[in-house]
Amino acid sequence: MTHETPKQGWLARLFNPPRGSAPYLFLMPYIVLFLVFGLFPLLFSIYLSFHIWNPIKGLDSMEYTGFENYVLAWGDPVLWKALYNTVWLAITSGLAQHLVAIPTACVLVALGSRLRHWLTSAYFLPYVTSTVAVSLVFFSMYSPNTGIINKLLIALSESDLFGWAFSWVPDVMPLRWLEDTFLVKPAVAFLVFWKYTGFNIVLYTTGLMTIPRDLYEAARVDGASAFRRFWHISLPLLRPFIFFAVTLTIIGNLQLFEEPFILTRGTGGVGHSAETISMYLFRIGWEYLDMGVASAISWMLFILIGILTAIHFKLFGRQGLGEH
Amino acid sequence: MRNRIEALSPYVVRAMMIVLMGLLIISALMTVFPFFWSAILSTHSRETIFSTDITLMPGDALAANYAKLLEIMPFWQAMFNSFYVAFLGTTVSLLFCSMGGYAFAVYRFKGKNLLFGVLVGSMMVPPVLSLIPYYLTVKFLGLMDTHVAVWLPFTATPFCIFLVRQYVVASIPRELLESARMDGAGEFTTYWKIALPLMKPVLATVAIVQFVFFWNNFLSPLVVLNSTENYVITLALRSVQNLPNTPWGAVMLGTTISMLPILLFYSVSSKQIISGMTSGAVKG
Repeated sequence: MTHETPKQGWLARLFNPPRGSAPYLFLMPYIVLFLVFGLFPLLFSIYLSFHIWNPIKGLDSMEYTGFENYVLAWGDPVLWKALYNTVWLAITSGLAQHLVAIPTACVLVALGSRLRHWLTSAYFLPYVTSTVAVSLVFFSMYSPNTGIINKLLIALSESDLFGWAFSWVPDVMPLRWLEDTFLVKPAVAFLVFWKYTGFNIVLYTTGLMTIPRDLYEAARVDGASAFRRFWHISLPLLRPFIFFAVTLTIIGNLQLFEEPFILTRGTGGVGHSAETISMYLFRIGWEYLDMGVASAISWMLFILIGILTAIHFKLFGRQGLGEH
Repeated sequence: MRNRIEALSPYVVRAMMIVLMGLLIISALMTVFPFFWSAILSTHSRETIFSTDITLMPGDALAANYAKLLEIMPFWQAMFNSFYVAFLGTTVSLLFCSMGGYAFAVYRFKGKNLLFGVLVGSMMVPPVLSLIPYYLTVKFLGLMDTHVAVWLPFTATPFCIFLVRQYVVASIPRELLESARMDGAGEFTTYWKIALPLMKPVLATVAIVQFVFFWNNFLSPLVVLNSTENYVITLALRSVQNLPNTPWGAVMLGTTISMLPILLFYSVSSKQIISGMTSGAVKG
């Protein structure tokens, strides 16, 4: 059998490449897409962050400004407001997600597999559906006069059973969940919590499944209570999973865009009360058409994510990865 | 205290377990409530939505809402665009990611370590950082307001290539591929006829991850598509949010229908979707 096939056409050669060039051909789509949509643009955005440029006016209008874009963004109080909002939302919704997900996962693994599967499917559902769609549903639920949340609060305050606990409701109605500068952040955080807790529950359930059953049995024989078994066995062995899940939450939450964008109709809320850094970046770039400053902001956000992830790694990395 | 809890009779422990289970079931119901609620609202008229009563029953305004929906946005055009983008994007992703992952798993070649490092490194780049560059590249290439710009750049995702690579390394024996070559099969034939059929499980994962991504994607269409007839469904739904006197029944009907493909798919294979969507997290 010879591999000598004289005079192949280019098509045949493409489909039957010599062994040496085969991997490059297989990787060609990745390499091309990476260079065109990955590396080049990334380098260009560094370049751009040192220039003034309005994309409508074409490439000629680009002007070098040094660090001015960074200085400009740094001096804008809205950036700091957005930074505060982003960190507030990240911490509030992030903490709530993990504090709920871990105990839930612990109870779930104790259940029969059928019930566990049904519950997990329900919890995970928000994660697979479109953020825009579910945010619109929440937008209507938060509506001051017609939303189910306010209607429910009124109904509770009028009910005989719970009326005493909700007697404050008529005084504050209608609650403007998304227009009140005080309420809007919790409202956004709740949507984020609702959407991503299921994902974390699945991570933690998987983690708990990896813990050998006999560890618990041994502890039980030694007379450890359910709480102590959770505290001394589940939690320490879950650490790598907690570490990983929290890393994902930090990176994801700091880039929060769609939820606050839809809930505030793209405005960022009254007085930027729910504007995140990503939304701020979007506004500067696509509404004020200042791509230079927008690029500078995106690099500042990148550095922020880097710093917070590094702090997280520094504080919890060694324990988190089980000191391997 | 601790011993006292332990000393509680098994009945009490059982009762506590039942209470916990009840809590979990209630929270599961609350989690799915918004989906149910958007379906209910889509059958109600403006009058019943605005009344102070809470009704969990379907109303009778479904037809009127549907007519209104078609009036306020090119709904089926947008649904078609989303399907088109998600289908093409997913299909091409399957090809590109399986090729890339296969190359990393099977071959030794110059620059492999560098390329693989770049692959893993680019998984760490937050999407927001690449938003402006992505927009600029699309502009340079003259692809503004085209669907290609919404699917093509995301078809060779590092994450999916990585998944395929891991799967091929772990589950496809090298000897099998070697023997195919011995029998005179070319490189591409070996990949296409021998390896690809064996990759089915990981390809299913790639398909799930990519389809869900393309269907739900909002940010890249938002900056690239600007004419209404090119809108994907997420853009179309958002565009009616600022209408004066928003017709909520119609908007919720559109929202509900837009979620149906994923919901139906999820209801038949939630197990596979859950493990697919968490595969990177759980195995990584």
